[in-house]
Amino acid sequence: MSTTPPGPAGVGASSMLLARVLPMPLPSARRASLLVERNLLVYRRGWLLILSGFFEPLFYLLSIGIGIGALVGTVVTDSGAALDYTVFVAPALMASSAMNGAVYDSTFNIFFKLKYAKLYDAVLATPLSASDVAAGETSWALMRGALYSTTFLAVMLALGLVQSWWAILAVPACFLIGFAFAAVGLAATSFMKSWQNFEFVQLAVLPMFLFSTTFYPLSVYPDALRLLVQCTPLYHGIELVRALVTGLVDVSILGHVLYLAVMGSIGLIVGSKRLATLLLK
Amino acid sequence: MAFGTQEAPSDADLPWSVRRSLPRGSQAVFEGKMLNYKGNWKGSVVSSVLEPVLFLAAMGISLGTLVDQGGRLDQGVDYLVFLAPGLLAATAMQTATFESTYPIMGALKWHKTFEGILSTPVKVRDLVTGHLLFILFRLVTTLAVFLAVMGAFGALEMPLGLLALPAAVLTGLAFAAPVSAFAAWVQNDAGFAALLRFGIVPMFLFSGTFFPVDQLPAVLQPVAYATPLWHGVSLTRGLSVGQLDPLLAMVNVGYLAVLLLVGVWLARRQFAKRLVI
Amino acid sequence: MSVRSASVENMTEPSSLTVDERRAAGEADEAALLADGPRADELVWARGLSKKFGEFTAVDGIDISVRRGEAFGFLGPNGAGKSSTMRMIGAVSPATDGRLRILGRDPGTDGPAIRARLGVVPQTDNLDQELTVRENLLIYGRYFGIPRAQIRARADELLDFVQLTDRADDLVEPLSGGMKRRLTIARSLINEPELLLLDEPTTGLDPQARHALWDRLFRLKQRGVTLVLTTHYMDEAEQLCDRLVVMDKGRIAAEGAPAELIGTYSTREVLELRFATGENESHADGLADLAERIEVLPDRLLLYTDDGDGAATAVVERGLRPASVLVRRSSLEDVFLRLTGRSLVE
Repeated sequence: MSTTPPGPAGVGASSMLLARVLPMPLPSARRASLLVERNLLVYRRGWLLILSGFFEPLFYLLSIGIGIGALVGTVVTDSGAALDYTVFVAPALMASSAMNGAVYDSTFNIFFKLKYAKLYDAVLATPLSASDVAAGETSWALMRGALYSTTFLAVMLALGLVQSWWAILAVPACFLIGFAFAAVGLAATSFMKSWQNFEFVQLAVLPMFLFSTTFYPLSVYPDALRLLVQCTPLYHGIELVRALVTGLVDVSILGHVLYLAVMGSIGLIVGSKRLATLLLK
Repeated sequence: MAFGTQEAPSDADLPWSVRRSLPRGSQAVFEGKMLNYKGNWKGSVVSSVLEPVLFLAAMGISLGTLVDQGGRLDQGVDYLVFLAPGLLAATAMQTATFESTYPIMGALKWHKTFEGILSTPVKVRDLVTGHLLFILFRLVTTLAVFLAVMGAFGALEMPLGLLALPAAVLTGLAFAAPVSAFAAWVQNDAGFAALLRFGIVPMFLFSGTFFPVDQLPAVLQPVAYATPLWHGVSLTRGLSVGQLDPLLAMVNVGYLAVLLLVGVWLARRQFAKRLVI
Repeated sequence: MSVRSASVENMTEPSSLTVDERRAAGEADEAALLADGPRADELVWARGLSKKFGEFTAVDGIDISVRRGEAFGFLGPNGAGKSSTMRMIGAVSPATDGRLRILGRDPGTDGPAIRARLGVVPQTDNLDQELTVRENLLIYGRYFGIPRAQIRARADELLDFVQLTDRADDLVEPLSGGMKRRLTIARSLINEPELLLLDEPTTGLDPQARHALWDRLFRLKQRGVTLVLTTHYMDEAEQLCDRLVVMDKGRIAAEGAPAELIGTYSTREVLELRFATGENESHADGLADLAERIEVLPDRLLLYTDDGDGAATAVVERGLRPASVLVRRSSLEDVFLRLTGRSLVE
């Protein structure tokens, strides 16, 4: 299920229509107040979300398969395997959408609740603590992400883009990606002063999506750029999911898992500490 | 200050300023939108300028390397040159659609700013025209930057390519008008999600932006040719690549112009239905 | 409905009119009689005005006359048709039936020209939350086609008038409800309107903010602005209105000056008695002879009499021991209760 409605709250024109597969919309104060009603609606129109949660990956994968995939043909991965282009891109889109959903939920959504809904003030008047809030929000985002990843995998399976039983592990892998980005997103949100700050989120997420071996292997880049790309978290997420879905699994996936786990843990620690000071001052 | 002046009501009593500018309500509506935009333009630079440019770099240059190696693009140009006008038209569609959905519903339903404006001499049709003037401004500024980047990447055939700007602007307006009518028709923003996911996104993916429509299965090709985005992409690409088929271009322009006019008519009607009750 | 026509004839001339203007108005009156239309000094004139939404009749054939310089009120509970009437007077909502003239013009054909000379304060503020206080005035003035330099000067005056000068460059969003309301009033004055329409101007404001707002409206009235307002607060109607109509279910139940209405439809004083819960009704019959009229409310009895203290003494003499006894003057609330059998604020 796609829980990231296209960019109502953002100035982001092009990001808006790319729904969950492409990076989140840019929020702005301008439409913040519209969100009260919108958020309510998001949860009411369940059938449309479920339906579009199915159609969205389908449209993207079909477009790539019929279109760019047909133009490119096969692509040689960095580990030397020759893959059909659609098979190459599909797992990357799955990993990216896990990132986007998590980033949206943990930055924009949370900031809205912190700033306008005053939800947490009410929660903290109960026996819940700030770290409960942080953990609770993160798990909520992860659950929705897991549902979406499963749908995505099912669509890939239906289109014949899954090549190995390892692919079952792609869902927990996306879960890990979601966890890592949601935790860091939460920590980042705790530093945000205004909606304008969210431009930075967009500025981090979009280039990562476009350049982290989503659409082409590292070999396209010069050496210096390769190193830079390899430092980004989404690169590790994409390589992890790609390895599992294509069945080209080796020891390197442990490195990807470790990277994401450490990133998520640091994010969670910083995030809950920051949230505690924000909420209890 | 002079309140409640005592003259008997008649035509001559209208303050001169009001008399003179009554027909220019649309200009005031445009000014209002610009005043709003003044506080928000920075955010829109990231989304409407930087994003398409990053897209062009990632897809046109890097992915373009793979496509050009494949040698299957039968258009006589590099993938970057092929893709750039497609993204230009798609950006026009996105900018216009975005500005015509949530802002319209907000002004109509949530903030009721339209209601406030209509208690002045401004008329319903001024609201529509003023809104489209603002979209025109957004399109021209956004697309001009993108066009300059295309030029810098060598993806623009001069001087014909400069006409890709008005072509893409027309494409955007042809979306803005009917989408505004749609925004005034739907009761809540669930309709927007449907419009985006089942209208705009599929057009973005299948209407010739990323690959020629003749790659689609034969049954789907007529559908793609019927979409407004395909006409926008076709016109824009013909101009920027420098391979314009005059007859096709006339069809494209005619299609987009009719869509714009019908859209304006629908928008006026729908705005009035919602506001004059 | 005889009340309505009677009070139309009995209206007192506003003192601000000069002799010449009275004469001009008199000549116009004759023309108006012949043409069956508004007199020159009737800024709002309606005959048989109706508004229907589908099957629902919001306004049901009302007659209104509002003259230059007066403060005219629509008093009634929520849903009485006040706001629908106001929107028709504001030339934004077409009437379903009847005749309506605003500033002598037909809103059906001259909407923009009428609106150019109106100021409108809607029930809920529709300020642009993302703009500053001053910007809200600037852009609103532009909708009237007023040159920028002129708006700027007026905006400064108006901000001073509504005591918002020190917040001029702040965003609207964080302002208090009272401040937003005052800004909306300032905004409605940007075109120096002859007629100011205020729909529930103080609903939702705290007492202090209400008084501040009333003060501003008094000053406008002194400057000669004609005010038309709706309210469901009787104190507001008594404070602000020279003349008012009591509206209920789309119709006009009575019309007149506040004091007139109280004199016609109520006694001078009211004795309020509270007995233990559930006992109020059972005492009503036994006290009927002490008052001209008795109203039984869920929580108290209202005894309408010109001598409240005398009635209170009589109650005690009969051996009754109410939990509380209150003697007060009659208000528009009592008028409304008498006319409709219901309370204004429920």
